[in-house]
Amino acid sequence: MSVMTVQSLTLKIDGKDVSCQAGQTILEVAREHDIEIPTLCWLDGLTLWGGCRLCVVEVAGSPKLFAACGTACAEGMEVTTNSERLQKYRKTIVEMLFSERNHVCAVCVSNGHCELQSMAQKLGVNHVHLPYRYPKLTVDSSNDRFRLDHNRCILCTRCVRVCGEIEGAHTKDVKGRGINSQIINDLDQPWGESETCTGCAKCVHVCPTGALTERGTAVAEMNKKRQFLPYLTLMRENDK
Amino acid sequence: MGKTITIEGVTRIEGHARISIQVDDKGKVQDAQFHVTQFRGFEKFVEGRPYPEMPSVMARICGICPVSHLMASAKACDDLMAVEVPETGVKLRKLMNLAQLVQSHALSFFHLSSPDLIFGMDGDPKLRNIFGLINKRPEFAKDGVLLRKFGQEIIALLGGKKIHPAWVVPGGVSAPLTAEKRETILASIPDALARAQRGLESFHEVAEKFPQEEEVFANFPTMFAGLVTPSGGLEHYDGTMRFVDENAKTVAEFSNPKFYSDFIGEAVENFSYLKFPYFKPKGYPEGIYRVGPLARLVVAERCGTPLADQELASFRAKLGRAPQSSFHYHWARLIEILYGIETIKKLLEDPNILDTRVRSRARPNRLEGVGISEAPRGTLIHHYKIDDNGQMRWANLIIATGHNNLAMNRGVRQVAERFVNGHRLNEGMLNRVEAVIRCFDPCLSCSTHALGQMPMHIELRGPGGELFDELRRS
Repeated sequence: MSVMTVQSLTLKIDGKDVSCQAGQTILEVAREHDIEIPTLCWLDGLTLWGGCRLCVVEVAGSPKLFAACGTACAEGMEVTTNSERLQKYRKTIVEMLFSERNHVCAVCVSNGHCELQSMAQKLGVNHVHLPYRYPKLTVDSSNDRFRLDHNRCILCTRCVRVCGEIEGAHTKDVKGRGINSQIINDLDQPWGESETCTGCAKCVHVCPTGALTERGTAVAEMNKKRQFLPYLTLMRENDK
Repeated sequence: MGKTITIEGVTRIEGHARISIQVDDKGKVQDAQFHVTQFRGFEKFVEGRPYPEMPSVMARICGICPVSHLMASAKACDDLMAVEVPETGVKLRKLMNLAQLVQSHALSFFHLSSPDLIFGMDGDPKLRNIFGLINKRPEFAKDGVLLRKFGQEIIALLGGKKIHPAWVVPGGVSAPLTAEKRETILASIPDALARAQRGLESFHEVAEKFPQEEEVFANFPTMFAGLVTPSGGLEHYDGTMRFVDENAKTVAEFSNPKFYSDFIGEAVENFSYLKFPYFKPKGYPEGIYRVGPLARLVVAERCGTPLADQELASFRAKLGRAPQSSFHYHWARLIEILYGIETIKKLLEDPNILDTRVRSRARPNRLEGVGISEAPRGTLIHHYKIDDNGQMRWANLIIATGHNNLAMNRGVRQVAERFVNGHRLNEGMLNRVEAVIRCFDPCLSCSTHALGQMPMHIELRGPGGELFDELRRS
């Protein structure tokens, strides 16, 4: 009988010696050691997406930046999670998110409960130095209970992943390419006409911004509840 | 060929405006206009947005009277949902609306208008502002500042912040009042009442000194309009919309807001971004009417609170049932401050003001809704149309200052005819032209609120462009 052994690795994150198992990502290991790396598209319990790039880190010996969420740790690696360069890039990423669509915090239903807003505050984004694009985007209120506001979407695809991976409905997906991508329901139908949506509201509650919300909420009233996700993920792990 | 005098940047009002006066070769005033020079676009850019966002979006129209827009907007949304707001929800909304009335009136009277009254219309412009006031009459200025604080603190206690609270929502308010907050507000009432009474006393000391201004500050017969309670009392939140003639005789009334467009038409003039509402049955511009504190005291039979009614009695004994001079807006405003503080106390002493059922919930059940309330400066109307999914298709807003637009323009002309001599310009004369506007406490946007002096430059040029006279204020 062969016993599978897991290889242990040692590396340095922000000068701190840490050890982990082979296959673990920089983000996982950093968080295990209370080293904070900002993320937006990442959500514990969902698969890796690597879209927002806020978790970029520096690795000694390489001039390029690595997304901590999708980079496996390697033996002897020296990772820097916070530097002037990284701060500048992260701020620019958030500024780009704000300039890309129409985020109007003051009158948003998610004001005060928004991950994009709190990320901007945390990173010290007090101005957007890029020209706003002001795209003309629609709001889909055809669903009886929920609303999809493309103006507030940052294309993190948490909704797509939770719908496919956890609920198993795969109502949500992405259409288009690049900056013109948009979240869709079924085959780009009004949400209210979707035949696959189970109305579970998971997409609404994992959405980091005011893009997916409950109808009837007034400004600043949309408070997302995410406790369900680690619980459901744990149940699934136990079933395996 | 005549000349045009321009007052660029009218000061101590809320928003941006310009006044132009045309004089003929002999220096006689031919015409005058009050130009509102800013464009906002709220009616257009809300199209497509979900209606529950409207109260907070519309509140952004103004930083001084956001609560008024919260009220009218939330009422239009209640109408879209076809719900009855719980009794306590209504009372709490009224509470916030009155707090706003007190703070806004205090700002208008003490901060913006009283420098003209204390220092005189010809007073040194360097002193004739809130800072001059603080030096000359520190106690008086302090009363004004603290009365404003009284109102703002109530708004903050109820809504979480002083400006643009999100607490007023379609169907009611988002959180009930706590006993602790009620006590805090109740404790501040005696002090506020005393300050308001002192303000009235100070006003009476100086008001007599302005017979000329009283005579020509938009002093002409017009209709008046405003909300009244079902029994004809003073009202700021709900009730019947009443139009009266220059003798305070009722001309028209409607209690369902949706009928507003049967009575109010909106005319457009190419010299201003502000529309000119008029009383439809009389046509334009004959259908001129006034709104705001003076108009409310004319349309209402009584205030309904002891101190305010006592003051209203002497107001009517002195000026008659329907005073026509807009100079009396100041006195009316002070009476309303008294009424506001007294009514806040009454509302807080109501046994069910702490009830926790303060919000009704519903889907939109109508495709069209109208809300009417009284802003400090007059009647405010929000009218929305939505699609089947609750998204805005169309909006029409008639702002309090709009109703007074015809009267303000005519008032500017009246003052100019009396005081402006086209061959010579002086500060006191131009200040009077501005001061008549301040009587109406116009809220031209409040997003850019000017306090004290803005640079003003007036040139008087002859037909060939030659400079006759020039006046600078910087």
